[in-house]
Amino acid sequence: MRILEGKGVTKYFGGLAAISNVDFEVDRGEIVGLIGPNGAGKTTLFNLISAALSLNSGEIRFKGEKISGLKPHQVCRAGVARTFQSVKIFGNIPVFGNVLLGALFGTSTGMSSPDATREAMESLEFVGLSAARATPAKDLTLANQKRLEVARALATKPELLLLDELIAGLNPAETTEAMELVTKIRDKGITIFMIEHVMKAIMSICDRIIVLHHGEKIAEGTPQEITSNQTVIEVYLGKSS
Amino acid sequence: MDISTLTSKRSLISESIILIIFILLAILPLYAPRYTVILLTSIFMYVVLTVSWVIFSGPTGYISLAPAAFFGVGIYTSAILGKILPLPIVICFGALASFCLALLVGALTLRLRGIYFAIFTFGLVEFIRHLLLFLELTVTGRRGRLVILVDQTIVYYVMLAIFAILLLTSYFIRRSKLGLALQSIGQNEDAAAHTGVNVTMVKVITFAISAFFMGATGAIMATRWTYIDPYTAFNPLYSFMPVLMAIFGGMGQLFGPVIGAAIFTYLEEVLLTRFPYYYMLIFGIILVVAILYLPGGLVGLAQKWRKGDLAEQHANP
Repeated sequence: MRILEGKGVTKYFGGLAAISNVDFEVDRGEIVGLIGPNGAGKTTLFNLISAALSLNSGEIRFKGEKISGLKPHQVCRAGVARTFQSVKIFGNIPVFGNVLLGALFGTSTGMSSPDATREAMESLEFVGLSAARATPAKDLTLANQKRLEVARALATKPELLLLDELIAGLNPAETTEAMELVTKIRDKGITIFMIEHVMKAIMSICDRIIVLHHGEKIAEGTPQEITSNQTVIEVYLGKSS
Repeated sequence: MDISTLTSKRSLISESIILIIFILLAILPLYAPRYTVILLTSIFMYVVLTVSWVIFSGPTGYISLAPAAFFGVGIYTSAILGKILPLPIVICFGALASFCLALLVGALTLRLRGIYFAIFTFGLVEFIRHLLLFLELTVTGRRGRLVILVDQTIVYYVMLAIFAILLLTSYFIRRSKLGLALQSIGQNEDAAAHTGVNVTMVKVITFAISAFFMGATGAIMATRWTYIDPYTAFNPLYSFMPVLMAIFGGMGQLFGPVIGAAIFTYLEEVLLTRFPYYYMLIFGIILVVAILYLPGGLVGLAQKWRKGDLAEQHANP
């Protein structure tokens, strides 16, 4: 079943087409990877889905409902949560408060405070940060700040989670833990759409991969198909002449 | 669990202290000289302006220079309606007029961030002042207005009441969902929006709540000046003072701005009477020293002293 669908998605920055006429879809329960060289438009596409930016043309549907044109908080409440490439946490607020915000404001129906507190505790437990709940978020390590972003996103009870470079900047051990976390989230029944540069990681856990280049979709398929795709190889390694 | 009982015991003590202070303030006009009552009214005025400024600008970090606009709207409401309506209704109208103006201005401008917002709000004060002067001169044909006189004791009690309501409001906002949302906006507005916080609404509503108290204060304080014109009512000083007082007192805690504004106003009064020629100079030096050496304000300094021993034990470079 389709959960997220984009048709003819286009975004210009001045005269430059950051995303041009991209179609994509994500099915429920999948882990879909979004890859491409720097400047390919991956984060722009996430910003369009989460309504940080508005489209120039095309439309994005979530569970059949049009979400392009909504405000960021409405997209979040509709069930699409995200994390950021450069972590955006509430640095001076304790870890618990960061996650509580998600539970209080981000869910579709709104929660009473006892429910929100419980939800926030569960999310922290899930990512393994409950011991640090009283620490100001800015004092966490980068790996834990990324976990905190995931916990905050999960507290909004999303059906689709957009992960923007969860692994970038992590050491090998942290990378393995982060990948385990992603699989655990999928096992909870949450669909995942993730941007990643670390090929080994993305090839091993994604069901399907979409490749962007210069704002256009150049390939789509299973990890095996992508690794043997001639266009993708050319884009990443240059044309062999 | 020891900590929580300790904090609740401590908060019980501080609550009783506050209650006692308010009772003392309430019976003060019965025995204190008239001068003290008038001085305290001025202190309340600045305290209310500062605390209501901090409600919005403290957690969000949006530096609003609009207090003079909302204060002035209150003053003019009082000047226009004071003769035809009873005092409590005039004050309500003053507060509501400022509230509505803040809703309108907030909805239009709160997408501006940082310095742009500060400049815009400052422009708002100038704009209203000149517009009003123009209207008065061309339409009504006068420059200023007379305001009805109200007994000083009544002004004192009204200000005390506004102060008490404001403190309660500020306390509950800090502890509520709204307070957490405001903080998240100050920390990272984008992340707040993507976490489901309706940032525009939170900002506009809070901005309007803070304007409400400024308008009420303007409406009652106008009665003390008997004559007002656009230049005295929309004096930019009323925009800058709350900012300085809040920095001086420290914005982190509820009582920082209260203490900052109270000491500041008293200091101004003392310096003005003792050193009429050098008062601005001394005032300026105190301010510079406060900004340079007290980043957390007076309250921040007090906390640093109290936590001093603790911090040394757990020194973490």
